[in-house]
Amino acid sequence: MERFRGNEVNTSVDNTTPTPSPSPHVGGGRSTPVIDIQNLSLTFETNDGPVHALSDIDLKVEKGEFVSFIGPSGCGKTTLLRVIADLEKKTAGDITVNGTTPENARLDRAYGYVFQAAALYPWRTIEKNIALPLEIMGLTRKEQTARIDKVLELVELADFSQKFPWQLSGGMQQRASIARALAVEPDLLLMDEPFGALDEIVRDHLNDQLHQLWAKTNKTVVFVTHSIPEAVYLSTKIVVLCPRPGRIYDVIESDLPRQRTLDLRESPEFLRIAQRVREGLKAGHAYDD
Amino acid sequence: MSPLSRLAAGTTLPVVTVVIAIIAIWYVAAVALNAPFQRDTYERAKQTDVPFSQLLSDTLVQKRPVLPAPHQVATEIWQTTVEKKITSKRSLVFHAWITLSTTLLGFLIGTSLGVLIAVGIVHSGVLDKSLMPWVIASQTIPILAIAPMIIVVLNAVGISGLLPKAMISTYLAFFPVTVGMVKGLRSPEIIHLDLMHTYSASRLETFFKLRLPYALPFLFTSMKIGIAASLVGAIIGELPTGAVAGLGARLLAGSYYGQTVQIWSALIMASVLAGCLVGMIGLIEKNVLKRMGMAA
Repeated sequence: MERFRGNEVNTSVDNTTPTPSPSPHVGGGRSTPVIDIQNLSLTFETNDGPVHALSDIDLKVEKGEFVSFIGPSGCGKTTLLRVIADLEKKTAGDITVNGTTPENARLDRAYGYVFQAAALYPWRTIEKNIALPLEIMGLTRKEQTARIDKVLELVELADFSQKFPWQLSGGMQQRASIARALAVEPDLLLMDEPFGALDEIVRDHLNDQLHQLWAKTNKTVVFVTHSIPEAVYLSTKIVVLCPRPGRIYDVIESDLPRQRTLDLRESPEFLRIAQRVREGLKAGHAYDD
Repeated sequence: MSPLSRLAAGTTLPVVTVVIAIIAIWYVAAVALNAPFQRDTYERAKQTDVPFSQLLSDTLVQKRPVLPAPHQVATEIWQTTVEKKITSKRSLVFHAWITLSTTLLGFLIGTSLGVLIAVGIVHSGVLDKSLMPWVIASQTIPILAIAPMIIVVLNAVGISGLLPKAMISTYLAFFPVTVGMVKGLRSPEIIHLDLMHTYSASRLETFFKLRLPYALPFLFTSMKIGIAASLVGAIIGELPTGAVAGLGARLLAGSYYGQTVQIWSALIMASVLAGCLVGMIGLIEKNVLKRMGMAA
């Protein structure tokens, strides 16, 4: 299994302690999904009547998967991610995160969330920004320093720990915000268009870094994007959403190898999957015009 | 660079120019305003044909001029600060110290009260709706009318001395702090609040790690306004206490006896004091924000 090869690399580089799987039958291949969504709907009540942001969503995310939500703006992809993070509340259906409610998962600090903008605190240095969640978790100063050093190494910002956010480029700021999410050492990483505001060159580089990180650490990642190449390059599963009401149009299981390089984007397999995503987006959108 | 061009490039030259202009206008105004009284004096003394240069110099040395000349005020200030013992009742430093201590006490209470009210308003919808209108209404009452009431009421319950006067400073100082802090504590972006939510941070943690640092620049700006208002409050507070001591007492005593030179020197002293206080807050602000990486 390719997954094990990835894990071997992992143990030597990253020392995230793998949490013991809640399910004992690993060999059976049927462990509880990290995220389990059934018939989920979310309706916002506005002055102009109800807005159906999400309608009848069914989705399972297994441990170690990299799942991308892709779709046009207004399709509810960010809202769905926010429901998983307990930043929005569902109005119908069921959802479990780590086998419990999103609220409990949040209180357990089961996930790290990376926002569209870096959202670093301007009065804290990069190091102190990463320390923020650790302070709230009540870690000792020593544990904090150890984790900060580790994640800064991981996102290649070790030399910038004493800088203030405004002294860093946009790409570096976003890397720092990813480091901040990783410092919590969550098994689940929720990312809301983290590279949306960056230029193509920086984005490619960060995509590559994020992929290496995921391949090394066996984390589960849920990733919102509106870039087809980004989704195909990073994901093991691509969820295509369409708007009004926000719903899942297609779920594409990627058969690309687990270890990937940017060259992969020229390969026929890659282009085939990208084509299917594009068709899904087109078909989902066709209702509108 | 020559010293002259360096002077022109900096802020020194504009500042000096403005000061010279003000003094010049002041002298012209002093002569114009004091001349009628001087002409009356000549008439009564049956002096005629007084040369203009005589009139000019006489208008600038009157004992109780309508508008004292700058050098008269400067002399008065010199005599009542440097040449008098600080403990003397006639020392301007003594009076300035009384006013300063009232100002600082009132400002301290006012700032604490202002921050406290703002924290309440930001965290409770009920307080927001019930307290905010009163906070605003409090400032529509003329302070001159309410100041004697505060002194009288507090005196009746046995509180006298510094505190009643400081309460009037507090009354003026808390308002800008409340308004500024409410705005400041509400200024964190949604994304920053969401971030704290994903960390399951408590309200207390969100307050100290996010809202308070965010509000600091607002707090300093409010404190600059607050401390100047505090000084005004202290001076007003000294008026109904029978003009015992303080810059307010000097102003009142000066106006009783027509001692315009004394009034003006107290006024100048008060503005110098206000300038120093605001400057002091500015200095603290600069240092704190620099340390926080938010150099203004």
